[in-house]
Amino acid sequence: MPDQTARGNSKRGFDVAVIGGGMIGPALSLGLLARGLRVCILDEGDDVLRVARGNFGLVWFQGKGFGMPRYVDWTRRSASLYPDFAAELKEFTGVDIGHANPGGLELLLGEEELAHRQHFIGQIYQQGGGKDYEVEFLDRKQVDEMLPGVALSDEVVGASYSPIDGHVNPLFLLRAMHTRFQQLGGTYLPQHRVSGVRKNGAAYDVMTEAGTVGAGKVVIAAGHGLKELGPPLGLDIPIRPQRGHILVTERTKQILPMPMSAFRQTAEGSIMLGVSAEEAGYNDQVDTATVAKIAERAARTIPALRGLNIVRSWAALRVLTPDKCPVYAESQSHPGIYGIASHSGVTLAAVNAKVAANWIAGDPPPDEFQAFGVERFDA
Amino acid sequence: MLKRRHSNAEVVRITVDGETVEARAGESVAAAVLAHTAGATRTTPVSGAPRAPYCLMGVCFECQMVIDGVPNRQACMIRVRDGMSVTRQDGARDLEGAPGGGA
Repeated sequence: MPDQTARGNSKRGFDVAVIGGGMIGPALSLGLLARGLRVCILDEGDDVLRVARGNFGLVWFQGKGFGMPRYVDWTRRSASLYPDFAAELKEFTGVDIGHANPGGLELLLGEEELAHRQHFIGQIYQQGGGKDYEVEFLDRKQVDEMLPGVALSDEVVGASYSPIDGHVNPLFLLRAMHTRFQQLGGTYLPQHRVSGVRKNGAAYDVMTEAGTVGAGKVVIAAGHGLKELGPPLGLDIPIRPQRGHILVTERTKQILPMPMSAFRQTAEGSIMLGVSAEEAGYNDQVDTATVAKIAERAARTIPALRGLNIVRSWAALRVLTPDKCPVYAESQSHPGIYGIASHSGVTLAAVNAKVAANWIAGDPPPDEFQAFGVERFDA
Repeated sequence: MLKRRHSNAEVVRITVDGETVEARAGESVAAAVLAHTAGATRTTPVSGAPRAPYCLMGVCFECQMVIDGVPNRQACMIRVRDGMSVTRQDGARDLEGAPGGGA
C-alpha cells in the first residue's frame, strides 16, 4: 500500500498517477494494475465536464480513421478485444456491460447521402484500409432483410454496413471499470483536481487541490483538462470541445437488432437517438432546436418512432483533435508523462486496457502509435 | 381497494381490462382504477415486476397504462372520459398503437 500519511496530505509511492477517471483513465489503469504496478486515479468532483457520462455507447468501426489507416487498425483491434474484455469485467465485477457485436448500419436517406457516404468510405478504403476494410454498402432490399420487423421510410435508399460495429452500455462500462480498478488494489482519489506536475528527482509530484501525489509516471487522460495541463509539460495538444446531443425514448419491445449509428436500442429497451455535432465552446447545455432536429430525422427514418415519448435528453462535449484521430504521446521534455486524447473512449476501452497500458508500463509502443503522436499537429 | 369519499359527481363509464367500471367525472384514470382494483396496473419492461399507481402527481411513472390504445400513458395525469378504454400495461410497449406510428 502506498504511504498516505507520511507527509500530511501527501500521497506517495505510486508507480503511475493517472489523471482522469473517465473512459480512458480507468481502462489504462486496469492494464497497469495487471502488470503489478501501483496506480492511482486522480479525479475531480461531479461538477466538471463529464464526457464519460454522456456517451452514446457505440463500439464503432465504420467511418473511423479518415486520413489515418493506423486508427482504422487500432479501432479494429479494440473491437476484437471487446468480447473478452466484457466477459472479464462481468466475471469479476458482476456488471454486465451489455456488449453486443451484431454489426452496425448507417442508414442513408436519399441518393445524395448515399453518394456522399460512398465517397467518404471509398477514400478510407483507398487510404490504406485496403481489401480487408470491412465496410460494405447495402441496397434498400438488403437493409430490409437485415432489419425484419422495422418499417423504414421510403427515404431510406441503403446503408453502409460493418460486421465489426457493436455497442455497449457506457454507464455500466464506466462502473465496471471503476469496480475492477478498486478490486485490483487501485487507489481512486476523487476531489483531487490537478493544478500541475513538477519533477522530483526521478519521479513526479502531481499537485492537487487535496495535496501532492508522488508517482514515477503520470498519464494525462483528463479529457478537456489536457488543454490546460499539457502545454507546460511538453504536450501541447490542440483539442477542442464539440457538442453532441443524445435523446432517449421510453422502453419498447426489442425491435432494432443492431445499432444504426444514429439509433440504437439498449438491452433494457430504450431507443437512443443521436447524434449531433455543434461548435458551442464549453457550453454543454441542451439546445432544443437540435433535439427537435434529431427527433425529426429519427422519425423520417423509422416513422413509427414518432409515437414514442422522449424521456431524457442531454448534451456532452467530445474531446476532438484537429484530425479526429487519437493522440497517445509521451512528452519529449518530460519523459514518463503521457498525454492521451480521443473522443472514442468507449470504442477504445478494450485496447486501452489490453495494449496501450503496456506501452505506459514500459513496453515498446504498438505499431499503430507511429501515427498517434503530437508531431502531426506542428504547422 | 380504495374507497371514494365523495361520490356526488356525474357517473362516467370506462372499461378497465374489458370490464365496465363506473368512475366519477373529473377524476383521473388512476383514481378510477384504484377505486376498482387493488391489483397491479402494469408490469415493468425489464424484470416484469408488478406496479400500481403511486405518486398520483405525474412524477413516478408507475401508473402507466394503455389508454384508448396508446401504450405507456400516465393514468394519474389523464381524466376519465365516458367510453374510455383502459388496459393494463404488460411489460415494454411496442411501436404499434403509437399515434403517428403504425404496423
